Amino acid sequence: MPDDKKVAVLGVGMHPWGKWGRNFVEYGLTAARAALADAGLEWRDVGFVSGADTIRNGYPGYVAGATFAQALGWTGARVASSYAACASGATAVAAARAQILAGLCDVALVVGADTTPKGFFAPVGGDRKDDPDWLRFHLLGATNPTYFALYARRRMELFGATENDFAAVKVKNARHGLANPNARYRSEVTTEEVLASPMVADPLRLLEICATSDGGAALVLASTDFARRHAGGAGFVTIPAVSTVTPRFPQTVIEMPNFATDSAVAVDGGIGTGFRHSIAHAAYEEAGIGPEDVDVAEVYDLSSALELDWYEDIGLCKEGEAERLLRDGDTAVGGRIPVNPSGGLSCFGEAIPAQAIAQVCELVWQLRGQADGRQVEGARVGVTANQGLFGHGSSVIVSK
Amino acid sequence: MAPTKSAIPAVDGWFTTDGSPTLLGSRCRSCGTYAFPRETYFCRNPECDGQEFDEVPLSQRGKIWSYTDARYQPPLPYRAADPYEPFCIAAVELAAEKMVVMGQVVPGVGVDELSIGTEVELVTDVLYEDDDHEYIVWKWRPVSSGKHPGETDA
Repeated sequence: MPDDKKVAVLGVGMHPWGKWGRNFVEYGLTAARAALADAGLEWRDVGFVSGADTIRNGYPGYVAGATFAQALGWTGARVASSYAACASGATAVAAARAQILAGLCDVALVVGADTTPKGFFAPVGGDRKDDPDWLRFHLLGATNPTYFALYARRRMELFGATENDFAAVKVKNARHGLANPNARYRSEVTTEEVLASPMVADPLRLLEICATSDGGAALVLASTDFARRHAGGAGFVTIPAVSTVTPRFPQTVIEMPNFATDSAVAVDGGIGTGFRHSIAHAAYEEAGIGPEDVDVAEVYDLSSALELDWYEDIGLCKEGEAERLLRDGDTAVGGRIPVNPSGGLSCFGEAIPAQAIAQVCELVWQLRGQADGRQVEGARVGVTANQGLFGHGSSVIVSK
Repeated sequence: MAPTKSAIPAVDGWFTTDGSPTLLGSRCRSCGTYAFPRETYFCRNPECDGQEFDEVPLSQRGKIWSYTDARYQPPLPYRAADPYEPFCIAAVELAAEKMVVMGQVVPGVGVDELSIGTEVELVTDVLYEDDDHEYIVWKWRPVSSGKHPGETDA
């Protein structure tokens, strides 16, 4: 992995996920202070604040970087705010990393936090007849689980996935999250309980669809030169790659919030790999590694079935083999390549701008050997993967 | 008794509402790429800088790429009937356009009656109504089902 692409992760911190109903700024502040304490640095040491935006909390959410900076107390630090749907957190990481790699700052603070409403994510208010996100609810009644269910049904048809497989993902992740103090849901569930939960969007059931949550996560990033001086001989975890690639035309899988895919009539020859695949593989390429080098993964299990798609998209197995990987126990903690040792979205629910940052926090704890009760032994390289609306997605490589 | 409500499209210019309804898409005059809903300003093909489009009717029949249903009432701005009636949603592959288009499935068809590859055709049906109007939208209907959802000639 090329050293000139690496930034150090000196500190990680989170506010526990839940449905706390408080202002999102509180969660971000708690996470930021925890990350600074973890790094052994002061807020005044931070040269650049990178906020991940929330669109459901008014103007302060659109300028999250400044909002968190003000909450910590104005110090004159430089600031940016990023919105990239579910990938907002990783985009904020990418902005901070670029500042550090360009030599514009030594230490950057990345923060994302959200307060979410109950139930399905709905579009933000107002009559917006030119906004596809508004229109898909209005004209189709298509919620986010609608799209997750379309993918799940495809897996059943193409690869023979069963309801039991989808339930087994939930059972695995629930077990992983039991010991995670930041997880919202910490109780074991059985396959029978999953299959007895109400159907929401056939074939997906209530316990297989991620909830919406409140939470906050933060990272303190630094140049490797600064980190070496600061760590004084102790090792530190680095981020050698951050991928925030867009899809490639024609995008032939229906994606939120669209009514239709791209048309492939004008494209000669074959259609390239799908978007989810390209997200992680761009990160591997940047880091100069391959999926075979990965010890642990945190992927965006918006539904239990979607976790299986990710196994293939991040290259843990070939297309159509995800069910076998799951059934063999390879992706459970203790298995060959554990996926979502944190418990994943299954145990957290989604706090949109914090979630991609939380994935990195978990990998840092894993690589440091601090993931009590869910530790992947000997983990040295981890990968995150995430996808949101409107062509946003992310993958972050974390290595020791 | 209330007078007969007039039926109007729930969205303007996305579909025709005559006896044999079609979705209205666009086709790029430069490269032939289709889009739905129609594009008026840019072509999505990165190899094409075309900015002129023809409005074209899309294929009225296609095959189901995937499908699901909505067991719980979607939030606003979906205007659900009271009491709420679950419905199916299908993503349908149009062969000529090489694209997949979503739509609700006509009422009365459950997921057990659908499968990937099922042939469906486009119809129009009521999406919701208020005191003055019925608001019409496109829906997919399995070709073999023979169900008629009260199509209108709005």
